[in-house]
Parts: sequence; structure tokens; C-alpha cells
Amino acid sequence: MRVRPSMHSTSGSNWMLLCSSAGGRKAFCKTFSRLVWRAAFSSLLFLAGSHAIFARSDGAPLSPTNIFAPVSTPAHSIYRLSLFELEILAAIFVVVFSLLAFAVVKFRERKQQDETEPPQIYGSNQMELAWTVLPVLIVVVLFLSTAQVIHRVQDARAPDGAIDVTVVAHQFWWEYRYPQFGLVAANELHVPVSDPSHPTPAYIHLLSADVDHSFWVPRLAGKTDLIPNHPNNTWIDPHETGLFLGQCAQFCGTQHAKMLLRVYVQSRGDFDRWVHDQQQDAAPASPDVAAGSALFISKACFACHTIRGTIAAGKVGPDLTHLMSRDTIGSGSVPNTPENLQKWVRDPATFKPGTLMPAQDLTDQELGQIVAYLMTLH
Amino acid sequence: MASEAVPLTIRKSPLAVVYEWLGTADHKKIGLLYIVYALLFLVVMGIEAVLMRIQLAHANSTFLSPQVFNRLFTLHGTTGVFFVAMPILVGFGNYLVPLMIGARDMAYPRLNAFGFWMTAFGGLLLYGSFFAGNSIAQAGAAPDFGWFAYAPLTSTAFSPGHSTDYWNLAILLGGVGSIAGGINFVATVLTMRCPGMTLSKMPLLAWMNMVLGGLILVTISPLTAAQLMLMADRYVGAHFFDVQAGGSVVMWMHFFWIFGHPEVYVLIIPCFAFISEIVPVFSRKAIFGYPAMVAATVCIGFVSLGVWAHHMFAVGMPSYGNAFFVLTTMVVAVPTGIKIFNWLATLWGGRIRFATPMMFAVGFLFQFLVGGLTGIMLATAPFDWQLTNSYFVVAHFHYVIVGGIMFSIFGAFYYWFPKMTGRMLSETLGKWHFWIFLIGFHLTFDSLHIPGLLGMPRRIYTYEAGRGWEIWNMIASIGVIFQGAAVLIFVYNVVKSYIAGKPAGNDPWDAWTLEWATTSPPPEYNFAVVPEVRSRRPLWDIKHPEDPDWKYE
Repeated sequence: MRVRPSMHSTSGSNWMLLCSSAGGRKAFCKTFSRLVWRAAFSSLLFLAGSHAIFARSDGAPLSPTNIFAPVSTPAHSIYRLSLFELEILAAIFVVVFSLLAFAVVKFRERKQQDETEPPQIYGSNQMELAWTVLPVLIVVVLFLSTAQVIHRVQDARAPDGAIDVTVVAHQFWWEYRYPQFGLVAANELHVPVSDPSHPTPAYIHLLSADVDHSFWVPRLAGKTDLIPNHPNNTWIDPHETGLFLGQCAQFCGTQHAKMLLRVYVQSRGDFDRWVHDQQQDAAPASPDVAAGSALFISKACFACHTIRGTIAAGKVGPDLTHLMSRDTIGSGSVPNTPENLQKWVRDPATFKPGTLMPAQDLTDQELGQIVAYLMTLH
Repeated sequence: MASEAVPLTIRKSPLAVVYEWLGTADHKKIGLLYIVYALLFLVVMGIEAVLMRIQLAHANSTFLSPQVFNRLFTLHGTTGVFFVAMPILVGFGNYLVPLMIGARDMAYPRLNAFGFWMTAFGGLLLYGSFFAGNSIAQAGAAPDFGWFAYAPLTSTAFSPGHSTDYWNLAILLGGVGSIAGGINFVATVLTMRCPGMTLSKMPLLAWMNMVLGGLILVTISPLTAAQLMLMADRYVGAHFFDVQAGGSVVMWMHFFWIFGHPEVYVLIIPCFAFISEIVPVFSRKAIFGYPAMVAATVCIGFVSLGVWAHHMFAVGMPSYGNAFFVLTTMVVAVPTGIKIFNWLATLWGGRIRFATPMMFAVGFLFQFLVGGLTGIMLATAPFDWQLTNSYFVVAHFHYVIVGGIMFSIFGAFYYWFPKMTGRMLSETLGKWHFWIFLIGFHLTFDSLHIPGLLGMPRRIYTYEAGRGWEIWNMIASIGVIFQGAAVLIFVYNVVKSYIAGKPAGNDPWDAWTLEWATTSPPPEYNFAVVPEVRSRRPLWDIKHPEDPDWKYE
């Protein structure tokens, strides 16, 4: 194999030699400036496109759990930071990918070429310095903007007028305590809408009764874990009313997948009404559901569940005092209808196999009576 | 009568062959044992993935129960990290390092064999859990708590059967095996290089396997420690992770991720080595910036030890703690990016030959770039508060593990199979393999980023309809068909070529490192005469005596 004397270069102004096989400095610079324009254009296009796809202000048509459709300040801060970062990363991708694509096309071995080896280039101090310094600068910029958002979100102080909520995560349901109002609810979190000029955020204290869980409602905030013996805090200040969805985001056992989150953001008036209703004890059982009410005790439902106003004070399962005020049962997994309630009470594994509530050993008549009683718990 | 040389054929009985392989301490045979073992488990992992993707193709599917699904994803991850990726990479390293440095074997051949068998038994123990009986609590014995086995899910209270114990012991064994391998790599590279091969004249694969060895030694220990603590909690009344007695669940996370993050560098560094050998040969150029490549690798090795808590951004560390790990994680991206630029510059101005190894290498470059960029998104803690524990992370790490590691392993197969067996793999089948795998990979893992951005958490056996996730999950599941088909083509290629492939000769690729200076396959002693080298590419010097490397390095 005949060998053309190859150009060996280690340092010095050798980056130009890289271009010599590309057909000259002119071709390289032309390619590079074309790349820069292409990068700028593509990243703009990418942003516009992603805006169109993801960032519609309602978000709902695409997904109710779209992280790019924030309605609360923490989620907004994250969204703005992510857009800034995506622009930078898109530009990097376009530049590097274009170089790669260009290289694999331009420098293919052609059949007609003689069998010599191309110039052997061992390195170039300038290029290597440049592509070290530039990434370091990008890292500095990204780090500083990130640190700012971390501080702003994590170290925010609760203003007066903030609602305090303590979330206790269980396998596989959510308990909500409102210490300011003396009420305990389950599975459906209610908070008032927050006016940006006069914020009334909900400050959420996160605890766990058993294993690790994570509270994730994408449109409201990033996720924060609930870890036994390691209390955490997060906050939300939704600017819009509505129902916002999420689910547990840290594997917690068999039914992790159906530990769903439902956050109802209400006008202040509606929220106050809800609080008032939830604070009431259950009305005494009327005579036509007296049988069911008695079965609730004799069949040991009270051992796990609380119904305030009765002797049932169990803490293992959700508080049922206002069960019928909820849209769903099974922590969001099925709608709260009479048939679903029947199926659930007979055997929760119908909907959530592996849930910790065992199948109840009830005759059809007993089942009907208990469900009839439960349906009076508004 | 003229005397003719008659080749002496030694026929071994089948039993003798089996005994030879079971008792071998030869680095090449051990390397092949590791590789074949890993390939078998790769198929198992693939089946687990297929089952999971069938379940996830539709919302509210009931194809699999949650209990089975949770076991599948736990075993898929655990098998993939400990019994596929690590063995196959250690296997290639074992095969190649002594050949590339002109040595006869690794520094500790019997330790090497010990390491393989420990790893092998670990994997068998893990899967033995399927055959174990249910405990009194009717809990199955196969692990079902995710490959990172977070406390307190693994405590006796929440995992009443023996699933934790199988997981613990299997990985403990595997860890011991890895440590044996790590010791060997470091000792071999430091002490057994042939005359003239200073550290700065070693092939990059040797450097990277040395860094790999050191990293293994540092990173497996915290995992082993955590596992011993977990065993103590479960059996002798310790309370390391028992929160009701003052223990800490977060401590498990720290210990696990101090292992877990460097572990992913343990997985990728050998792949960097493969790419650093393949790209120059098929571009017909020396690697661009050898000193920087070495420095970047060593730097990655060190810095990777300081980034672990980026897996814990949502756990509730204080803001300055989160910020620190954002910084270190972004810093480790710099040397990694440098390597990509160096590979690009190696391609640049070359004469690129698109044989199958090079196609996989170019695929690696593209996919590793994308995986690295999504990694930067995950390094940004606030963004990570949305993305962590979602399908975005699943897409990111599969991009790097399948799109990066798996692609480079396939490239390494096509490149070194001729050396290992004396036969070429079919180029035609190789190209089919590449293109079909590429299509399947992108169908699956490009799609999976989107449900993550739309709020889909990971490790869920089913999901709600109406969240915009269904179509992407369906596309991802379809991609699996292509990947499966491609792997079958690959297996067929390997078997067919092993039996009837084109003879390879010593140096089918016109390459430059020492392994190509001996026969294919090499004799047990590797080199009849100890080689002496003067440059990083000894075969280039031989092939180009008027223009040798040592004049210019």
C-alpha cells in the first residue's frame, strides 16, 4: 500500500490542517457559519413548536398533567428555567449533530480513491481548549440560573393568609389534615385559588405513615417525596380554579400505580363552604340506615376507618365522615358511584389488587346495608 | 520417502472440553464465559421488557397483575445492570486488555476465574428466587421493589417474604465478582505492559479499563456495606433503616446512589473504550487528542464520585445541598462532552469505512449526545423536580444504556468477533441488524420522553386514560418488536458465522493495536515473542515504516 507522506501535527496552529482535507479553510468556515445560522433558526423553530405543542395556557386538551402548562408559581418558575435551558441545549444539539452528519457524509471513503491513508492529525491545543472553555461557560450560566430557581422555590416563606396542609401518605392513599381548621380529609385535596396580587398559597407539610411516596401534581409544582421520619415541605399557589391531577411518583408497593392525586382549586367562597362542611361530624344515622351503621361497628370497619360523630376512630384507612363529598373512591381510581362502592366494599381487589384493605366477608344483604349507610355520609 | 509435516490434531473428549472451560483461568476463555453468560441474561431481560411493554401498550390493561409487573421491572433493572452490562463489559475487557498490552494473561488469572463464577452464581441466585416457595405471608420470593430497593420497602415489615434476601445476596455475590475483576484490571495495566509501552503509549482501551477497575473498587463497597446493614436490620435486630428506632431511610438512598451513580460510569467507560478503538480504525486516522481523552476519562472517574445526590433532588435536601449536586453533575458533563468532540475530530478529515462496527459507533455518537443533553436537563434540579421518577428518566437512561452502551457492545462484537473466533460476522446480516435495531430503538425510546413530560411516573403497572399517554406508549411498545427482531438476526448471525463465516485472518480491519498482531483466535499464550513497541499504534509503525507514529507523537 503506497503511503502519501501524511501530515503529522500535534500542537500549534494545526486546526487549520483539519480543514485541509475538507477542501480548504473557506469550506470549513462556510459550513460553520451555516451551522450557526441553522442552529439559531432551529432552536427558534424548536421553541415555537414546543410552545405550540406543549405550552397552551389551558394545557387540558393535550394532557391534564402536562409539565409545560403551569398554573402555579413553582411550576411556572420551573417552566421558565426549562425553556431557557432547552434553548441552549437545542443549539448545542443542532451544532454537534450537524457536524456529525456532515462528517459522516463528507468524509466517506470513495471507491475511486487510491489506497493511501489520510493525514494523521494527533490533536490541536487551540481547538481542545476552545471546546473545554465553552462548555465550562455554559455550565456556569446554567448553574447560576438553576441555583436561583432552587432558592426561590425551596426557600420561599409563607405569607400571612397561607393555608397550612399536612399531607400524610399511606400505602395507597392520601390523608389531608388542615390544622388551621381542625379537619381531616382523604384523597381529594381542596385549596383556595390564589390571586397573584394577594397570594394565598397552600403550604404543604409532607409526612409518611409507612414507606416512601412522592407528591406530584405537574401543573402545580415539581414533585417532593414523603419519607418516613423525614418531614418535607412544598407549596402551591394555583392561579386558576379547577381540578388538577397527579399521582404518587415514588414506587411504594403493589398499588403505587393507583395512588392518584386530585387537587380541587376553588374560589375562596367555595373553599370556605367546603371547609365548613368537612368540619361537621357525621349526622346521626337515620333509622333506615341504622342496620348499616351497626354493621360498620360489628364488622370491624371502625378498626381502620374514622367517622366523626360515631365511635369509629380507626386511623389505618381514609376518614369516611364525608365520603359522599368525594368524586372518587380508592384514591382516585374509580368514580364514587353506588355500584363501585358496593364492589369496593365487597372486595377492593376488584379495582386495586394488592391494596391493604382486605375483602370483607359480607352477605349480599349486609353489603347492601353498609353501602346504604355509607351513602348517607355527605 | 520424503517426510511430510503432518499437523498433529488433538481430539478432546466432550467431557474434557467442559472441564477445560469450567476450570479455566485463561483470560480469553473467561472473557468469553462472561460474554455468553451476559448474552443469555440479555435475552431474559428482553423477554421481561416485552411483557412489560405489552402491559403498558394500553391504558388500564389487565394483561399482567401488579405483583407480576413489579417483579418484572425489578428483575429487568437488576439483571440489566449486574448480570448483563457488567459481565459483558468485564468480559470484553478481560479478553482484550492482555492482548492489547502485549501480555500473556491478566495479573491474577485464578482471581479472574473466581470473579466470573461469583458473578455467575449471583445471577442464578437472583433467578432462583422465582422457584423459591412463598413465605408464610404468601409473599412471592422474587424481588418486586425496584432495582434500587429503597428502604423501608425492603424491611421485614413491608417485604415479609425473602424477596429482599434474594436480591441482597445475589448482588453481594455479583459485587464480589466485580471487585475481583477491578483488582485484576488495575494490576494488569499497571504491571504487565510489554517493553516500550509506557502508560502514555497504551491503547485507550487499556487506560479506560484501568480507570474502570479503580472505579469498581471504590463504588461497590458502599453498596456492599448498605446490603450488610440491610441484612443486619432484617435478621439481627439492627435499626439502620428502621425509622421507628431512629434509623434513616435517606441513608439507604445515599449509600445506594454513592454506588449507583459511579456504577453508570462503570458501565459507560468500557463503551468509551470500544468507540475509541473503532472510530480511529474506520476513519483511518489516529485518535484526536489522546492526552485529553485520558485526562477526561480520569477526570470523569473522580468527578463521578461526587454527583450521586442528583438522584435525590426530590427527597428534600436543603437548597444549598441541591445546588452543590447541580454543579458537580454539570461539571462532569464537560469532560464527557470533550470526548464526543474528540471522536468527532477523529472522524473529521478521515476516510470513513462504514462496516458494521462503524455504523454502530456512529449510532452511539448520536445517541450518547442526546442522552447527555437530556442528562443536563435532569441535572437542573428544579427541572428534575418535574422529570425525576417519570418516564423522561426512563427514556434518558435507556437512551444511554441501549443507545449508547448496547450499540457500542454490538459494534465491539462485530469488530472483535473475527479475532475471537477466526471468522467474520456477515456484513449483510450486520447491516440488517443495525438498521432494524436503530428503528426499533428510536420508536421506543424517543416516544417515551413524551409521557414523562406529560406527567407519567415510572414503575406503574398501568395508567389512567385521558392523560395523553396512550399513543406514545403504544408506539414505544411497537418499537420493541423491531428490537427483538434485530437481536434475533444478531444471534443468528453469531451462530451462522461461528460455524461457517468467512475466515478472518490476523488483521481483517487493517487495524493498529497489538491484538491484531497475533492469530485469530490467539493461541493460549497470546504472543509467541513478547512484542516491543515504540508508539501508540505499533502495527501502524510496521505497516508504514517510512512514516511511523513514534516520530510524531
